[in-house]
Amino acid sequence: MTTATVQSVSERPEVRLIATIASKEIRDAARSRWFWMWTAAFTGLAAFMASAALPGSQVSGAGTFGRTAASLVALTQIIVPLMGLTLGAHSIAGQRESGSLRFLLSHPISRTEVFLGTFLGLSAALAATVLTGFGAAGILTVARGGGTDATSFIMIAVLSWLLAVAMLGVGMLISTFAARTATALGIAVFVWLVFAFIGDLGFMGTSAATSMPTEVLLLSAVTNPVEAFRLASLTAFEGSLDVLGPAGQYAVDRFGDGLGTLLIGVLALWALLPAAGAWARFATKGDV
Amino acid sequence: MITIDHLTKTYGPTTVVDDVTLVVPDGAAYAFWGPNGAGKTTVIRCILGLVAYDGTITVEGMDARSRGKAVRSIIGYVPQELAFYDDMAVIDLLDYSAALRGLGPDRVEEVAGTVDLGGHMDKKVSELSGGLKQRLGIASALIPDPPILLLDEPTSNLDAHARDSAIELLISLRNQGRTLLITSHHADEVGMLVDSVVAMDQGRITTICRPEDLSEEVGLKAWMQLILSNGSADHALEVLARSGFVARRNTGGILVEVSAQRKGAALDALHAAGIRIDDLEVWR
Repeated sequence: MTTATVQSVSERPEVRLIATIASKEIRDAARSRWFWMWTAAFTGLAAFMASAALPGSQVSGAGTFGRTAASLVALTQIIVPLMGLTLGAHSIAGQRESGSLRFLLSHPISRTEVFLGTFLGLSAALAATVLTGFGAAGILTVARGGGTDATSFIMIAVLSWLLAVAMLGVGMLISTFAARTATALGIAVFVWLVFAFIGDLGFMGTSAATSMPTEVLLLSAVTNPVEAFRLASLTAFEGSLDVLGPAGQYAVDRFGDGLGTLLIGVLALWALLPAAGAWARFATKGDV
Repeated sequence: MITIDHLTKTYGPTTVVDDVTLVVPDGAAYAFWGPNGAGKTTVIRCILGLVAYDGTITVEGMDARSRGKAVRSIIGYVPQELAFYDDMAVIDLLDYSAALRGLGPDRVEEVAGTVDLGGHMDKKVSELSGGLKQRLGIASALIPDPPILLLDEPTSNLDAHARDSAIELLISLRNQGRTLLITSHHADEVGMLVDSVVAMDQGRITTICRPEDLSEEVGLKAWMQLILSNGSADHALEVLARSGFVARRNTGGILVEVSAQRKGAALDALHAAGIRIDDLEVWR
């Protein structure tokens, strides 16, 4: 390499390098038994849920598209966060622990490029899983005459992916702080419990015990990305949040048609802010 | 040229590299030599920008901190052990490394031929022996045809045959005029590979010398395991103690601490006392 060529090496992030890392992440996911296990589990359960909600199903009797969608939302809010969190938690910490991160960063590539490539690659892999699951459920629903509202169905799939990316960002944030992969995964599982279960149950218990004002109730709900996903999905296929009682009514009254956009915005912020925090930590933390 | 100026690296209260200043001229071969924990590997990691540090490092006039990508574009790095990417095929790993440097498969084939990896390209990394993994690490480092090679303990974890083979390869790379910076705790190895040895201990440079002067400069010690004729161990310990050597019994013989460049003195003392030595082994 000549001196002139060396001097021309840009210190700015290069799309070519980000794409190279992202492609590697996608190939790794395609080779990973763990990743296929998640995809199979999500797809299998999504297909089962769709099947159970269909008219004439021996499992649950009569049903509608709304039942199918509600089942998929219930499944997604449990499985997808765990998938995103563990994938993210494993990403940086796993590479650091194995030594591959050191090897990677010994190449003419910046930490920002490594981070963006990893985040985008894993986001694409999660998209594949979510699309496979929703695709299977959609095909099954249509094939068995369940009828579908394609727009709402696609919307819920997109929201599921957004939730997965949000959780991926949180997982990567955990990963940048944890010294060991096992620690990162442990914290990720705890965070999943908080988001998926404890947050919901604790929230309901607290609101009942303290007679929390409706607006605080709603604000508390949307700050939890899993809840924001659930509310946004309900809005997408039900068109209202009446099923949530006074809080839902308050939300509709307060935000009107903008409610869906607000919830999607909250999810999008969750998809961006933890990832930005993870990037800031990874790019500036000196030692690999 | 690599210029290291007042380099210091601390982990919390522990200083692992302490005010190191060094200039490695173009085409020179230098070794950081010292025991584990001396700070050798950390200096290499600082040059590569893998760890934060105080002080200044420039490579070909470029600051390693602000021009990290440019600096790494002219450096090939061989890690101590390729204990990762185990499920990747050799060719995929080399293609990936080449892609990160904006190079294509042609260069990969060329380099694989140079290090005799051609017949192993479809194997998984986990299927390679220690020696072949080392060659893979060197192949990856050579992809950009870098003028500078940084090698971290290049022969550790290798058996004797693989070690000889790796040293032969490294000598040929040195003879191509590349700047070589290696870390090692094998005095004999640095003697074969480099022009200058930077001896380190507890993060500081203790001396910079020619390889042949290392033993004298750092008072290098070795242990000799002596297997003696039956019943002569006690007599041998007395003779060695009288001659000023530190010696003790161990399984199957006695251990004697000797100056690395004057091992024969202990043997002379035993020979003069009529003690027969059946076998010996030297440990550094």
